[in-house]
Amino acid sequence: MTTVVCEQQESTVAGTPDGAGALWVSNMDLERATGFTLKPEGFCRDHLCVPLPRGRETEFVQPGASPQVNAAAFWGHLGNPVVHDKAGTHWVLGTATEARASQLRSLAAPDFSLPDLDGKLHSLSEHRGRKVWLVSWASW
Amino acid sequence: MQAQLEAQNFTVIAVALDSRPEEARPWIEAAKPTYPCLIDVDHRLAELYNMLNVPEAVWIDEQGTIVRPPEPAGAFEGFRQMDRSAFKVPDEVAAKTAAARQTYYAAVADWVAKGAASEHVMPGDAARAKLGAPGPDVGQAHALFRLGQLLLRGGNATEAADVFAQAARLHPDSWAIWRQTAPLDHRGFATGPEFWARVDALGAKRYYPKVDIKGMP
Repeated sequence: MTTVVCEQQESTVAGTPDGAGALWVSNMDLERATGFTLKPEGFCRDHLCVPLPRGRETEFVQPGASPQVNAAAFWGHLGNPVVHDKAGTHWVLGTATEARASQLRSLAAPDFSLPDLDGKLHSLSEHRGRKVWLVSWASW
Repeated sequence: MQAQLEAQNFTVIAVALDSRPEEARPWIEAAKPTYPCLIDVDHRLAELYNMLNVPEAVWIDEQGTIVRPPEPAGAFEGFRQMDRSAFKVPDEVAAKTAAARQTYYAAVADWVAKGAASEHVMPGDAARAKLGAPGPDVGQAHALFRLGQLLLRGGNATEAADVFAQAARLHPDSWAIWRQTAPLDHRGFATGPEFWARVDALGAKRYYPKVDIKGMP
């Protein structure tokens, strides 16, 4: 089993790392991990579809009775960082610096959900309509 | 601050960038907060808002718009003048640090009272300019930091340490990544010799960048 972290989502998938930076998963696991799913028009999430680069389809999809998709190649193709441990059983599908930076430049405060000490989740968006002083601290 | 201002449609959200929640617990319980005190083991807030250190704060208005981007939350780097063996700052420096915090809190109160009319609210262009441009490796560093946390939770501290070291190298401006994963001293703080060497290497550069509010040191 392989753990895949993407944004807020931590998923366990039946992935097979090939030792060469690929992470082959089922289309259903790709959707659970990233929200994207392979359709005839490309990798799609909501109204966004990213076509497979022509002539390089085999880097992304292994056809067959149960087709496999290369989650790592797809995520990297979006321009995002992809990192994993030596065993290939823990993967983080990250977000490109510029994608974060351009979101901040919109000045729309990025939403998040984080737990309190009791494990209860709180989102920034629950406080819409109030001014928020969002402050970080740490025990270290 | 929350107690004085919460009647005015305002809330504090305090986020502990802390991979060891049990270390944060006593601080939170002592504060008896009436506002959300959240635990962010993976430093997601730092990634989303490009925060480099603690404490940093962002001012967000009623529409969810950032009106002051991340900046030190009233912190002044008086600690750099401390007696390192006694872990104590001279009285006049402590007074300056306390005054800085009061000046900053007064600015927050002014914003809460006056909203967009507060002189401390930054126009969009100024706020965008202040965001700066994070280096291209920052996204990779945050991904590695999360991988390290995942490995740590899975019991693989050795590989996690390697991954954290890579993250710190790729994002050298982040004190949060470095300190979270640095050795702790006998007080439980990441303020051992490695920390001071890193602070000294700053030279004339600030540890807490100057907050652009009148009266801040």
